[in-house]
Amino acid sequence: MLTKIYDWVDERLDITPLWRDIADHEVPEHVNPAHHFSAFVYCFGGLTFFITVIQILSGMFLTMYYVPDIKNAWESVYYLQNEVAFGQIVRGMHHWGASLVIVMMFLHTLRVFFQGAYKKPRELNWIVGVLIFFIMLALGLTGYLLPWDMKALFATKVTLTIVDSVPLIGPAMKTLIAGDATIVGAQTLTRFFAIHVFFLPAALFALLAAHFLMIRKQGISGPL
Amino acid sequence: MHRGKGMKFVGDSRIPATGRKPNIPKDYSEYPGKTEAFWPNFLLKEWMVGAVFLVGYLCLTVAHPSPLERIADPTDTAYIPLPDWYFLFLYQLLKYTYASGPYNIIGALVIPGLAFGALLLAPFIDRGPERRPAKRPFAVGFMLLALSGIVYLTWQSAAHHDWEASKKQGAIIEGAEFDKESEGYQLLDANGCISCHGAELTGGAAAPSLVDTGLTPEEIANIAVKGRGGMPAGMFKGSDEELEKLAEFVSSLTAK
Repeated sequence: MLTKIYDWVDERLDITPLWRDIADHEVPEHVNPAHHFSAFVYCFGGLTFFITVIQILSGMFLTMYYVPDIKNAWESVYYLQNEVAFGQIVRGMHHWGASLVIVMMFLHTLRVFFQGAYKKPRELNWIVGVLIFFIMLALGLTGYLLPWDMKALFATKVTLTIVDSVPLIGPAMKTLIAGDATIVGAQTLTRFFAIHVFFLPAALFALLAAHFLMIRKQGISGPL
Repeated sequence: MHRGKGMKFVGDSRIPATGRKPNIPKDYSEYPGKTEAFWPNFLLKEWMVGAVFLVGYLCLTVAHPSPLERIADPTDTAYIPLPDWYFLFLYQLLKYTYASGPYNIIGALVIPGLAFGALLLAPFIDRGPERRPAKRPFAVGFMLLALSGIVYLTWQSAAHHDWEASKKQGAIIEGAEFDKESEGYQLLDANGCISCHGAELTGGAAAPSLVDTGLTPEEIANIAVKGRGGMPAGMFKGSDEELEKLAEFVSSLTAK
Protein backbone atom coordinates (compact mmCIF):
# COMPACT_ATOMS: atom_id res chain seq x y z
CA MET A 1 0.00 0.00 0.00
CA LEU A 2 2.69 2.45 1.08
CA THR A 3 4.83 1.41 -1.86
CA LYS A 4 1.94 2.06 -4.21
CA ILE A 5 1.37 5.55 -2.81
CA TYR A 6 5.10 6.24 -3.05
CA ASP A 7 5.22 5.01 -6.66
CA TRP A 8 2.19 7.10 -7.56
CA VAL A 9 3.84 10.27 -6.23
CA ASP A 10 7.27 9.35 -7.58
CA GLU A 11 5.90 8.78 -11.08
CA ARG A 12 4.58 12.33 -11.12
CA LEU A 13 7.19 14.23 -9.10
CA ASP A 14 10.36 12.17 -9.46
CA ILE A 15 11.09 12.41 -5.73
CA THR A 16 13.55 9.51 -5.48
CA PRO A 17 16.66 11.58 -6.27
CA LEU A 18 15.73 14.08 -3.53
CA TRP A 19 16.25 11.68 -0.68
CA ARG A 20 18.68 9.40 -2.48
CA ASP A 21 21.11 12.32 -2.59
CA ILE A 22 21.03 12.38 1.20
CA ALA A 23 20.73 8.68 1.91
CA ASP A 24 23.20 7.14 -0.52
CA HIS A 25 26.71 7.49 0.70
CA GLU A 26 29.30 5.21 2.14
CA VAL A 27 30.36 5.42 5.77
CA PRO A 28 34.13 4.96 5.81
CA GLU A 29 35.72 2.38 8.06
CA HIS A 30 37.62 4.86 10.24
CA VAL A 31 34.47 6.55 11.55
CA ASN A 32 32.55 3.35 12.23
CA PRO A 33 32.65 2.26 15.89
CA ALA A 34 31.69 -1.23 14.78
CA HIS A 35 35.22 -1.58 13.34
CA HIS A 36 37.26 0.65 15.63
CA PHE A 37 35.73 1.35 19.01
CA SER A 38 37.74 4.58 19.34
CA ALA A 39 35.63 5.92 16.49
CA PHE A 40 32.90 6.64 19.06
CA VAL A 41 34.33 10.18 19.08
CA TYR A 42 32.56 10.62 15.74
CA CYS A 43 29.20 10.09 17.50
CA PHE A 44 29.25 13.44 19.30
CA GLY A 45 28.07 15.46 16.29
CA GLY A 46 25.18 13.10 15.63
CA LEU A 47 24.20 13.07 19.30
CA THR A 48 24.25 16.87 19.35
CA PHE A 49 21.77 16.83 16.48
CA PHE A 50 19.70 14.14 18.23
CA ILE A 51 19.39 16.28 21.38
CA THR A 52 18.66 19.35 19.25
CA VAL A 53 15.70 17.50 17.74
CA ILE A 54 14.54 16.55 21.26
CA GLN A 55 14.91 20.19 22.31
CA ILE A 56 12.76 21.33 19.40
CA LEU A 57 10.05 18.76 20.11
CA SER A 58 9.99 19.26 23.90
CA GLY A 59 10.08 23.03 23.37
CA MET A 60 7.05 22.82 21.09
CA PHE A 61 5.16 20.97 23.81
CA LEU A 62 6.28 23.44 26.49
CA THR A 63 4.80 26.36 24.55
CA MET A 64 1.40 24.67 24.82
CA TYR A 65 1.38 25.65 28.50
CA TYR A 66 3.90 28.44 28.85
CA VAL A 67 2.71 32.05 29.02
CA PRO A 68 5.38 34.74 28.42
CA ASP A 69 4.03 37.22 30.91
CA ILE A 70 5.49 38.29 34.26
CA LYS A 71 2.33 37.40 36.16
CA ASN A 72 1.69 34.03 34.59
CA ALA A 73 5.06 32.75 33.37
CA TRP A 74 6.11 31.31 36.71
CA GLU A 75 2.59 30.11 37.47
CA SER A 76 2.38 28.32 34.11
CA VAL A 77 5.76 26.62 34.65
CA TYR A 78 4.74 25.64 38.20
CA TYR A 79 1.48 24.23 36.88
CA LEU A 80 3.27 22.38 34.08
CA GLN A 81 5.79 21.00 36.55
CA ASN A 82 3.32 19.87 39.21
CA GLU A 83 -0.12 19.39 37.69
CA VAL A 84 0.17 18.46 34.01
CA ALA A 85 0.53 14.77 33.15
CA PHE A 86 4.15 14.16 32.07
CA GLY A 87 4.77 17.90 32.32
CA GLN A 88 7.69 17.22 34.61
CA ILE A 89 9.19 14.84 32.04
CA VAL A 90 8.78 17.26 29.13
CA ARG A 91 10.23 20.18 31.07
CA GLY A 92 12.93 17.91 32.48
CA MET A 93 13.95 16.84 28.99
CA HIS A 94 14.14 20.45 27.84
CA HIS A 95 16.06 21.47 30.96
CA TRP A 96 18.61 18.64 30.92
CA GLY A 97 18.78 18.65 27.13
CA ALA A 98 19.97 22.25 27.26
CA SER A 99 22.97 21.12 29.31
CA LEU A 100 23.54 17.90 27.38
CA VAL A 101 23.55 19.67 24.03
CA ILE A 102 26.31 21.97 25.28
CA VAL A 103 28.33 18.99 26.53
CA MET A 104 27.94 17.04 23.28
CA MET A 105 28.65 20.06 21.12
CA PHE A 106 31.74 20.84 23.19
CA LEU A 107 33.02 17.28 22.73
CA HIS A 108 32.24 17.42 19.00
CA THR A 109 34.17 20.69 18.72
CA LEU A 110 37.14 19.21 20.56
CA ARG A 111 37.11 16.13 18.32
CA VAL A 112 37.17 18.26 15.20
CA PHE A 113 39.80 20.56 16.65
CA PHE A 114 42.25 17.95 17.87
CA GLN A 115 41.93 15.96 14.65
CA GLY A 116 42.65 19.09 12.62
CA ALA A 117 39.51 18.33 10.62
CA TYR A 118 38.81 22.05 10.13
CA LYS A 119 41.69 22.45 7.71
CA LYS A 120 41.37 23.05 3.99
CA PRO A 121 38.87 22.45 2.41
CA ARG A 122 36.63 22.44 5.50
CA GLU A 123 37.27 25.99 6.83
CA LEU A 124 33.75 27.21 6.04
CA ASN A 125 32.12 24.30 7.78
CA TRP A 126 34.19 24.99 10.90
CA ILE A 127 33.06 28.62 10.91
CA VAL A 128 29.42 27.61 10.52
CA GLY A 129 29.94 25.10 13.35
CA VAL A 130 31.34 27.76 15.70
CA LEU A 131 28.40 30.01 14.81
CA ILE A 132 26.06 27.15 15.75
CA PHE A 133 27.95 26.97 19.05
CA PHE A 134 27.26 30.67 19.68
CA ILE A 135 23.58 30.24 18.77
CA MET A 136 23.30 27.35 21.23
CA LEU A 137 24.87 29.41 24.01
CA ALA A 138 22.46 32.25 23.20
CA LEU A 139 19.55 29.79 23.32
CA GLY A 140 20.71 28.66 26.76
CA LEU A 141 21.03 32.25 27.93
CA THR A 142 17.60 33.37 26.73
CA GLY A 143 15.87 30.17 27.86
CA TYR A 144 17.23 30.65 31.38
CA LEU A 145 14.99 33.70 31.95
CA LEU A 146 11.73 32.16 30.76
CA PRO A 147 10.59 30.37 33.98
CA TRP A 148 10.73 33.83 35.61
CA ASP A 149 11.95 32.54 38.96
CA MET A 150 14.54 34.18 41.20
CA LYS A 151 17.64 32.75 39.56
CA ALA A 152 16.29 33.50 36.10
CA LEU A 153 15.65 37.16 36.83
CA PHE A 154 18.89 37.86 38.66
CA ALA A 155 21.14 35.95 36.25
CA THR A 156 19.56 37.90 33.39
CA LYS A 157 20.16 41.17 35.25
CA VAL A 158 23.85 40.24 35.46
CA THR A 159 23.94 39.41 31.74
CA LEU A 160 22.29 42.71 30.84
CA THR A 161 24.74 44.61 33.05
CA ILE A 162 27.61 42.97 31.15
CA VAL A 163 26.00 43.86 27.80
CA ASP A 164 25.48 47.40 29.09
CA SER A 165 29.20 47.72 29.92
CA VAL A 166 30.26 47.28 26.29
CA PRO A 167 31.66 50.61 25.09
CA LEU A 168 29.67 52.71 22.58
CA ILE A 169 27.02 50.20 21.51
CA GLY A 170 26.42 48.63 24.97
CA PRO A 171 23.42 50.69 26.15
CA ALA A 172 21.73 50.46 22.75
CA MET A 173 22.26 46.68 22.67
CA LYS A 174 20.87 46.34 26.18
CA THR A 175 17.76 48.31 25.23
CA LEU A 176 17.33 46.15 22.14
CA ILE A 177 17.48 42.91 24.13
CA ALA A 178 15.71 44.01 27.32
CA GLY A 179 13.12 46.31 25.72
CA ASP A 180 13.98 49.14 28.12
CA ALA A 181 17.08 51.03 29.19
CA THR A 182 16.58 50.35 32.90
CA ILE A 183 13.64 48.04 33.57
CA VAL A 184 13.98 44.27 33.42
CA GLY A 185 10.36 43.25 33.28
CA ALA A 186 7.42 42.32 31.08
CA GLN A 187 9.04 43.64 27.91
CA THR A 188 12.26 41.76 28.64
CA LEU A 189 10.40 38.51 29.12
CA THR A 190 8.47 38.76 25.86
CA ARG A 191 11.64 39.73 23.97
CA PHE A 192 13.61 36.83 25.40
CA PHE A 193 10.70 34.55 24.58
CA ALA A 194 10.56 35.76 20.97
CA ILE A 195 14.34 35.49 20.61
CA HIS A 196 14.40 32.02 22.18
CA VAL A 197 11.46 30.61 20.24
CA PHE A 198 11.62 32.34 16.84
CA PHE A 199 14.80 34.25 16.05
CA LEU A 200 17.48 31.91 17.33
CA PRO A 201 15.84 28.68 16.10
CA ALA A 202 15.45 30.25 12.64
CA ALA A 203 19.17 31.08 12.61
CA LEU A 204 19.94 27.63 13.99
CA PHE A 205 18.00 25.83 11.23
CA ALA A 206 19.73 27.83 8.50
CA LEU A 207 23.16 27.13 9.97
CA LEU A 208 22.40 23.44 10.57
CA ALA A 209 21.27 23.10 6.95
CA ALA A 210 24.52 24.69 5.79
CA HIS A 211 26.52 22.49 8.18
CA PHE A 212 24.95 19.27 6.84
CA LEU A 213 25.06 20.33 3.19
CA MET A 214 28.77 20.98 3.52
CA ILE A 215 29.54 17.72 5.30
CA ARG A 216 27.56 15.87 2.63
CA LYS A 217 29.36 17.71 -0.15
CA GLN A 218 32.87 17.37 1.27
CA GLY A 219 32.50 14.08 3.05
CA ILE A 220 33.96 13.34 6.44
CA SER A 221 37.66 14.05 6.94
CA GLY A 222 40.01 11.15 6.34
CA PRO A 223 41.79 9.12 9.02
CA LEU A 224 44.76 10.74 10.75
CA MET B 1 14.39 12.40 -22.25
CA HIS B 2 13.51 9.65 -19.86
CA ARG B 3 13.57 10.33 -16.13
CA GLY B 4 11.91 9.15 -12.99
CA LYS B 5 9.56 6.27 -13.57
CA GLY B 6 8.97 7.24 -17.16
CA MET B 7 6.24 9.85 -16.91
CA LYS B 8 6.31 12.26 -19.83
CA PHE B 9 5.93 15.92 -18.91
CA VAL B 10 4.57 18.50 -21.32
CA GLY B 11 7.31 21.07 -21.99
CA ASP B 12 9.78 19.36 -19.67
CA SER B 13 12.11 22.17 -18.56
CA ARG B 14 13.82 20.25 -15.80
CA ILE B 15 17.60 20.18 -15.87
CA PRO B 16 18.71 16.88 -17.35
CA ALA B 17 20.62 14.54 -15.10
CA THR B 18 23.57 14.17 -17.45
CA GLY B 19 26.86 14.99 -15.81
CA ARG B 20 25.45 14.52 -12.31
CA LYS B 21 26.62 11.81 -10.00
CA PRO B 22 24.44 8.74 -10.40
CA ASN B 23 22.09 8.30 -7.49
CA ILE B 24 22.71 4.61 -7.19
CA PRO B 25 25.44 3.84 -4.66
CA LYS B 26 28.61 2.27 -5.93
CA ASP B 27 29.19 -1.37 -5.36
CA TYR B 28 30.87 -2.05 -2.04
CA SER B 29 33.78 -3.66 -3.86
CA GLU B 30 34.72 -0.27 -5.30
CA TYR B 31 35.62 1.03 -1.84
CA PRO B 32 38.76 0.10 0.02
CA GLY B 33 38.38 -1.00 3.64
CA LYS B 34 35.19 -1.94 5.37
CA THR B 35 32.86 0.84 4.31
CA GLU B 36 29.19 0.56 5.05
CA ALA B 37 26.18 2.05 3.33
CA PHE B 38 24.72 4.91 5.35
CA TRP B 39 21.17 3.99 4.36
CA PRO B 40 19.90 1.81 5.87
CA ASN B 41 22.70 -0.17 7.57
CA PHE B 42 24.63 2.53 9.39
CA LEU B 43 21.58 4.64 10.19
CA LEU B 44 20.06 1.66 12.01
CA LYS B 45 23.16 1.43 14.23
CA GLU B 46 23.08 5.15 14.85
CA TRP B 47 19.45 4.83 15.80
CA MET B 48 20.31 2.09 18.30
CA VAL B 49 23.00 4.27 19.89
CA GLY B 50 20.45 7.08 20.00
CA ALA B 51 17.89 4.82 21.72
CA VAL B 52 20.39 3.80 24.42
CA PHE B 53 21.31 7.46 24.89
CA LEU B 54 17.62 8.40 25.12
CA VAL B 55 17.04 5.85 27.90
CA GLY B 56 19.90 7.32 29.95
CA TYR B 57 18.59 10.80 29.26
CA LEU B 58 15.08 9.88 30.45
CA CYS B 59 16.51 8.26 33.59
CA LEU B 60 18.28 11.55 34.36
CA THR B 61 15.06 13.45 33.78
CA VAL B 62 13.10 11.19 36.13
CA ALA B 63 15.82 11.06 38.81
CA HIS B 64 16.41 14.81 38.89
CA PRO B 65 13.30 16.93 38.25
CA SER B 66 14.27 20.28 36.77
CA PRO B 67 14.56 22.97 39.42
CA LEU B 68 12.17 25.86 39.85
CA GLU B 69 12.79 28.60 42.38
CA ARG B 70 10.18 30.97 43.75
CA ILE B 71 8.63 33.56 41.48
CA ALA B 72 10.94 36.44 40.53
CA ASP B 73 10.87 39.22 43.10
CA PRO B 74 12.85 42.23 41.82
CA THR B 75 12.71 43.87 45.27
CA ASP B 76 14.82 41.15 46.90
CA THR B 77 18.20 42.83 46.54
CA ALA B 78 19.94 40.32 48.82
CA TYR B 79 19.67 37.56 46.21
CA ILE B 80 23.05 36.29 44.97
CA PRO B 81 22.69 35.41 41.29
CA LEU B 82 24.30 32.47 39.54
CA PRO B 83 24.26 31.74 35.80
CA ASP B 84 23.83 28.30 34.27
CA TRP B 85 26.91 26.09 34.78
CA TYR B 86 28.29 26.56 31.27
CA PHE B 87 28.59 30.31 31.80
CA LEU B 88 30.26 30.00 35.20
CA PHE B 89 33.79 30.42 33.80
CA LEU B 90 32.89 33.72 32.13
CA TYR B 91 31.16 34.84 35.32
CA GLN B 92 34.13 33.87 37.49
CA LEU B 93 36.52 35.75 35.21
CA LEU B 94 34.73 38.99 36.08
CA LYS B 95 35.60 38.55 39.75
CA TYR B 96 39.35 39.03 39.34
CA THR B 97 41.00 42.39 39.96
CA TYR B 98 42.27 42.98 36.43
CA ALA B 99 39.07 41.77 34.81
CA SER B 100 36.53 43.75 36.81
CA GLY B 101 35.75 47.24 38.04
CA PRO B 102 37.74 49.71 35.93
CA TYR B 103 39.17 46.77 33.94
CA ASN B 104 35.70 45.28 33.36
CA ILE B 105 36.19 45.60 29.61
CA ILE B 106 39.12 43.15 29.75
CA GLY B 107 37.13 40.48 31.55
CA ALA B 108 33.83 41.06 29.74
CA LEU B 109 35.07 41.64 26.20
CA VAL B 110 38.77 41.37 25.48
CA ILE B 111 39.59 37.94 26.94
CA PRO B 112 36.39 36.14 25.82
CA GLY B 113 36.54 38.01 22.49
CA LEU B 114 40.10 36.87 21.80
CA ALA B 115 39.36 33.29 22.86
CA PHE B 116 36.14 32.88 20.87
CA GLY B 117 37.53 34.90 17.97
CA ALA B 118 40.52 32.58 17.78
CA LEU B 119 38.18 29.57 17.91
CA LEU B 120 36.09 30.99 15.06
CA LEU B 121 39.12 31.76 12.91
CA ALA B 122 41.12 28.64 13.84
CA PRO B 123 41.39 27.41 10.21
CA PHE B 124 43.02 30.69 9.20
CA ILE B 125 45.38 30.85 12.16
CA ASP B 126 46.49 27.21 12.08
CA ARG B 127 47.11 27.07 8.32
CA GLY B 128 49.65 24.28 7.97
CA PRO B 129 48.73 21.05 6.23
CA GLU B 130 49.48 18.89 9.29
CA ARG B 131 46.49 17.38 11.05
CA ARG B 132 48.07 15.25 13.79
CA PRO B 133 47.97 17.00 17.20
CA ALA B 134 51.66 16.27 17.80
CA LYS B 135 52.61 18.06 14.56
CA ARG B 136 50.89 21.34 15.46
CA PRO B 137 52.04 22.19 18.97
CA PHE B 138 50.81 25.80 18.99
CA ALA B 139 47.20 25.12 18.05
CA VAL B 140 46.97 22.18 20.45
CA GLY B 141 48.89 24.07 23.15
CA PHE B 142 46.58 27.07 23.06
CA MET B 143 43.50 24.86 23.06
CA LEU B 144 44.77 22.93 26.09
CA LEU B 145 45.55 26.24 27.80
CA ALA B 146 42.04 27.52 27.11
CA LEU B 147 40.53 24.23 28.26
CA SER B 148 42.43 24.22 31.55
CA GLY B 149 41.44 27.87 32.01
CA ILE B 150 37.77 27.01 31.55
CA VAL B 151 37.98 24.03 33.91
CA TYR B 152 39.88 26.04 36.54
CA LEU B 153 37.51 29.02 36.43
CA THR B 154 34.41 26.81 36.55
CA TRP B 155 35.85 24.92 39.50
CA GLN B 156 36.79 28.14 41.30
CA SER B 157 33.30 29.50 40.76
CA ALA B 158 31.59 26.35 42.00
CA ALA B 159 33.92 25.96 44.98
CA HIS B 160 33.37 29.52 46.21
CA HIS B 161 29.63 29.51 45.82
CA ASP B 162 27.55 28.94 48.94
CA TRP B 163 25.25 26.25 47.58
CA GLU B 164 23.32 25.91 50.85
CA ALA B 165 22.50 29.62 50.98
CA SER B 166 21.75 29.49 47.26
CA LYS B 167 19.23 26.71 47.77
CA LYS B 168 17.62 28.55 50.67
CA GLN B 169 17.35 31.94 48.99
CA GLY B 170 15.50 30.52 46.01
CA ALA B 171 13.25 28.00 47.75
CA ILE B 172 9.54 28.24 47.04
CA ILE B 173 7.88 29.42 50.28
CA GLU B 174 4.41 28.16 50.91
CA GLY B 175 2.23 31.01 52.06
CA ALA B 176 -0.73 30.62 54.41
CA GLU B 177 -4.22 31.93 54.02
CA PHE B 178 -5.36 33.98 56.97
CA ASP B 179 -7.55 36.93 57.76
CA LYS B 180 -5.53 40.11 58.19
CA GLU B 181 -8.39 41.55 60.26
CA SER B 182 -8.17 38.72 62.77
CA GLU B 183 -7.11 39.46 66.30
CA GLY B 184 -4.03 37.27 66.06
CA TYR B 185 -2.70 39.12 63.02
CA GLN B 186 -3.48 42.50 64.59
CA LEU B 187 -1.40 41.48 67.60
CA LEU B 188 1.51 40.47 65.35
CA ASP B 189 1.26 43.82 63.63
CA ALA B 190 1.06 45.74 66.92
CA ASN B 191 4.13 44.01 68.35
CA GLY B 192 6.25 44.65 65.25
CA CYS B 193 6.54 40.95 64.32
CA ILE B 194 5.80 41.61 60.67
CA SER B 195 8.74 43.98 60.27
CA CYS B 196 11.02 40.91 60.28
CA HIS B 197 8.66 38.00 59.54
CA GLY B 198 7.00 39.84 56.66
CA ALA B 199 3.46 41.01 56.07
CA GLU B 200 2.62 37.58 54.64
CA LEU B 201 4.43 35.97 57.60
CA THR B 202 6.60 33.97 55.18
CA GLY B 203 9.83 35.32 56.66
CA GLY B 204 12.60 37.34 55.11
CA ALA B 205 16.33 37.92 55.24
CA ALA B 206 16.23 38.55 59.01
CA ALA B 207 13.68 36.01 60.21
CA PRO B 208 12.22 32.60 59.32
CA SER B 209 8.72 31.93 58.06
CA LEU B 210 5.94 31.65 60.64
CA VAL B 211 4.01 29.27 58.39
CA ASP B 212 4.20 25.55 59.12
CA THR B 213 6.41 25.97 62.16
CA GLY B 214 5.13 22.78 63.72
CA LEU B 215 5.40 24.38 67.17
CA THR B 216 2.80 24.27 69.94
CA PRO B 217 1.23 27.53 71.19
CA GLU B 218 3.27 27.21 74.42
CA GLU B 219 6.56 27.00 72.49
CA ILE B 220 5.61 30.00 70.33
CA ALA B 221 4.63 32.04 73.38
CA ASN B 222 7.98 31.14 74.93
CA ILE B 223 9.89 32.32 71.80
CA ALA B 224 7.82 35.51 71.55
CA VAL B 225 8.87 36.47 75.07
CA LYS B 226 12.40 35.07 75.38
CA GLY B 227 13.50 35.24 71.73
CA ARG B 228 15.49 32.65 69.82
CA GLY B 229 18.56 32.77 67.56
CA GLY B 230 18.75 36.26 66.11
CA MET B 231 15.49 37.27 67.77
CA PRO B 232 16.06 39.23 70.99
CA ALA B 233 14.05 38.67 74.16
CA GLY B 234 11.18 40.93 75.11
CA MET B 235 9.79 41.49 71.61
CA PHE B 236 6.27 40.83 72.86
CA LYS B 237 4.95 43.65 74.99
CA GLY B 238 1.27 42.78 75.46
CA SER B 239 -0.68 41.00 78.20
CA ASP B 240 -0.63 37.27 78.90
CA GLU B 241 -4.07 36.94 77.36
CA GLU B 242 -2.87 38.56 74.14
CA LEU B 243 0.22 36.37 74.13
CA GLU B 244 -1.99 33.31 74.26
CA LYS B 245 -4.10 34.52 71.32
CA LEU B 246 -1.01 35.38 69.27
CA ALA B 247 0.56 31.99 69.97
CA GLU B 248 -2.65 30.18 69.01
CA PHE B 249 -2.78 32.15 65.76
CA VAL B 250 0.83 31.48 64.74
CA SER B 251 0.55 27.82 65.67
CA SER B 252 -2.50 27.47 63.42
CA LEU B 253 -0.75 28.85 60.30
CA THR B 254 -0.39 26.10 57.72
CA ALA B 255 0.43 26.25 54.03
CA LYS B 256 -2.50 26.38 51.67
